[in-house]
Amino acid sequence: MKSVEIVVNGVERRAQVEPRMLLVHFLRDVAGLTGTHIGCETSLCGACTALLDGRAVKSCTVLAVQADGHSVTTIEALASEGQLHPLQESFWEEHALQCGFCTPGMIMCASDLLGSNASPSDREIREGLSGNLCRCTGYQNIVGAVKSASRKMKRRTAATAAKK
Amino acid sequence: MADYKWPDAQHRTLIGTRQSRLDGPVKVSGRAKYTYDQNPKGLLAGAILRCPHAHAKVVSVDTSAAEKIPGVKAVQVLQGPGKEVHWAGDEIVALAAINEGIAEDALRAIKVQYEVLPHFVDDATEPKSAAEETGPLALDDLINMFSNQVPEPQISSTVQKRGISFPVTDDLVKRMRSFNVGENVIKALQSAPQKSPESTRSPFKKSAVNVTGDPDQAFKTAEATSEGLYGVPVITHCCLEAHGVIAHWPDAEHLETQVSTQNVCGMPDQIAQALTGIGIPISASNIRNRQQHVGGGFGSKFAADRWSLAAAQLSKKAGGAPVKIMLDRRAELEVAGARPSAYAHVKLAAKKDGAITAWDSQSWGTGGPLGGNMPPIPYIFTEIPHQRKQHISIATNIGPARAWRAPNHPQAAVLTMCAIDDLAARLGMDPFDVFLKNLPLTPRANVYEAELRKADELMQWKKRWHPRGDESSGPMKRGLGLSIHTWGGRGHQGAGDLTIHPDGTVEYRSGTQDLGTGTRTAIAMVIGETLGLPLNAITVKIGDTNFPHDGGSGGSTTIGAVSAESRRAATDALNELLAKVAPTLGVAPDQLEALYGTIRVKDTQGKSITWKKACSMLGATGVTAHGQNPDPSKPPDLTNSGVGGAQMADVSVDVETGIVRVNKMVAVQDCGLIINLKTAESQCYGALIMGISYALFEEKIMDPTTGRMLNPNMQFYRLAGYGDIPELVVHMMTGPGYDERGVIGLGEPPVVSPGAAISNAVANAIGVRVPFLPITPDRVLAALEKKGGAA
Ligand code: FES
Ligand code: FES
Repeated sequence: MKSVEIVVNGVERRAQVEPRMLLVHFLRDVAGLTGTHIGCETSLCGACTALLDGRAVKSCTVLAVQADGHSVTTIEALASEGQLHPLQESFWEEHALQCGFCTPGMIMCASDLLGSNASPSDREIREGLSGNLCRCTGYQNIVGAVKSASRKMKRRTAATAAKK
Repeated sequence: MADYKWPDAQHRTLIGTRQSRLDGPVKVSGRAKYTYDQNPKGLLAGAILRCPHAHAKVVSVDTSAAEKIPGVKAVQVLQGPGKEVHWAGDEIVALAAINEGIAEDALRAIKVQYEVLPHFVDDATEPKSAAEETGPLALDDLINMFSNQVPEPQISSTVQKRGISFPVTDDLVKRMRSFNVGENVIKALQSAPQKSPESTRSPFKKSAVNVTGDPDQAFKTAEATSEGLYGVPVITHCCLEAHGVIAHWPDAEHLETQVSTQNVCGMPDQIAQALTGIGIPISASNIRNRQQHVGGGFGSKFAADRWSLAAAQLSKKAGGAPVKIMLDRRAELEVAGARPSAYAHVKLAAKKDGAITAWDSQSWGTGGPLGGNMPPIPYIFTEIPHQRKQHISIATNIGPARAWRAPNHPQAAVLTMCAIDDLAARLGMDPFDVFLKNLPLTPRANVYEAELRKADELMQWKKRWHPRGDESSGPMKRGLGLSIHTWGGRGHQGAGDLTIHPDGTVEYRSGTQDLGTGTRTAIAMVIGETLGLPLNAITVKIGDTNFPHDGGSGGSTTIGAVSAESRRAATDALNELLAKVAPTLGVAPDQLEALYGTIRVKDTQGKSITWKKACSMLGATGVTAHGQNPDPSKPPDLTNSGVGGAQMADVSVDVETGIVRVNKMVAVQDCGLIINLKTAESQCYGALIMGISYALFEEKIMDPTTGRMLNPNMQFYRLAGYGDIPELVVHMMTGPGYDERGVIGLGEPPVVSPGAAISNAVANAIGVRVPFLPITPDRVLAALEKKGGAA
């Protein structure tokens, strides 16, 4: 057993874990945050995408011990004060999901993408999300949702800047 | 009083609009709980040891070492000595431990000895020497016909003709009824001649030749003929949430399950019967099954499956503690879903003007150890006057067949629409014209014609089409292809209860499920429409066997069922409410209507009371009404059956690399009265992408040497990704001529045509048919080489 300290969604979590434990299992089973899903367990589907120190990772490809001393953000922390994040709003409005199993991973990956590129083109969105699979499949609407979220976020940033 | 009918177009407030799904917020915020996400207190991790051989007999199982590992709470042998295993990955031993790691360690400590038997996994090679089957049907043959969705009249006549080698017990009859098998089939079985079973069983079963008209003469006198080889391999469902279950016994008599399923209410019967059969007697009424969300099914999640029983058995052994078993991706792809394959040599005869006169097909395919039946060919063009068909069913160790969206139709579409496309090429005609010419041979010529013309407009087919083989210079060749399809989609049996509470809140409860299609939202739209309330005023509770029984979500039957049930329940509840408030408004109840959150007198301004006020007159318990589908006592039938759709594909093929890219797809689809346009269109988008996926990438590739699947992971079992989506155009046929038919399901139809349309577009681009899906680069290059290079 190894002891780890991982900041998950702003809360410090200490736990004794087996060295073989994957970060995704730490999030789901130790932290009780089941919004991060498991689709393939072999880093192919992206359902388990979370942010590690702000960058998207497939949490089935990271060991919990590798995240020791780092901070992780999951889908559960994206909304603030009960207000959905623009990405979450847009995924809902644009019907970018059917079964929704891929959705948390898609949204987390998209949030990383928008963090580094505030107004991605269709092509950049497709490239940015190409590690995430949807079987139902919402791709068409997901691209639309990310675009709409990017517009919303820019408007909000502009509005906040104007207030100052 | 309100009637049981759909409102006219000008009176609709919600039906037919675009509404965002009610469960959107929980799904986008990670709060939606799937089976995989349920972690009840004291949960044990279940795991399954699977057979590594494609065909073997279990000789011995030694679990003693595993049982001694600290943390292991229960071990259950599922298939012990003497059992014959028919596919790799089949379940042998299940166990439960305090965590996944220990469960995995314990699996490794189990010793199983097998007697390895010969296996057979080649379904693509035509079985040339198979003899025709005439002997009696075994029970397996019957189950096979059911699982391959052979039309019931055909089952009845086969049973009568060949006889049966098994007894038709009361139990069997009961089971068939529970799976909605028609009474005609049951009668045919009960009166079928009993014969002793066949002694030897070859993997090949050749059906009798099925002849209509005089095909020999028709081919002899034909003005034109064409001939081709076509095929669709076994593919898997690959749901993003694997199959799985949580089971626990709150007390010795009661079992609670959470199965990841498309058939919530079907679980108790199946589980009770199976558990009773293995010595754990329980009645279905003592089993409660629940599910809020499911991560995909596509036809593969109807059965309780052996792992559900295993979880119940393990839980029992572990003193009732909850046990969760989720399949890992390898198991999911190896055992939890295989769509049967279909291959055929097809010959067509026609007049010079393209009118088809005769069909001849020699087909074969597999759905696993039970073989595979002939898809419904000729597809849609069923009235071709002269036909000869013969099919060879191949029993293989590929894995068990499961229904996959629109069972047998995508295969039938490829075998038929590609043959017609080849005929058009042979005649030097535009396939668009040949399809139009032959529409009288289909059951809904008018619908197809309207749809093809609409598709032409959206694809600019007539303007852009060129004869087979893109003559332009350079390695990129472009082509167009089309296909048409059909499906039934009448609402299944089901029911729900609607309560209007005295405080004005409205709640609906039904045992149905939401596969992701937006069932909850559709129900709320129908109820909101009926009661004149906004969507957010309706609470919809589903996914629990404590609610009224509803059917499984398969065959595009859910939307018809839930919309009709909820419409009837809401109508009845509203009528009770109107009767209560009529005296206050001083008119007869039939003078009242519910609209915009009020109850008001029709055709008069001003005389109304608010919904809330009206409900307060209901007394302490409010009103509860039960709605069901079908309900002959409350006509008319609000659902209907039978739709058509047309699709066109525009592809580019790189003749140097063999890579196919879809540039654009057009889908034109009817489905009767649309409840939610947003989710309806989304079904079509999803189906097109899924179609591109099976047309270009998907195949369960079997290793002839080991008999195992070579690509049991998502790296090599490739699904279409973002990079593969073209421009997609979806057009729903709505309005007069469509709406008044009532509600018809949409999950299956749009996924039928993409394979055929894309295959035809590739042939149009490169000038030669690539016979089998998926159209991978190596197959494109092989077809080009055979033809002697690109144009
Ligand atoms: S579960 Fe991590 S990528 Fe699929
Ligand atoms: S919505 Fe089902 S996998 Fe994406």
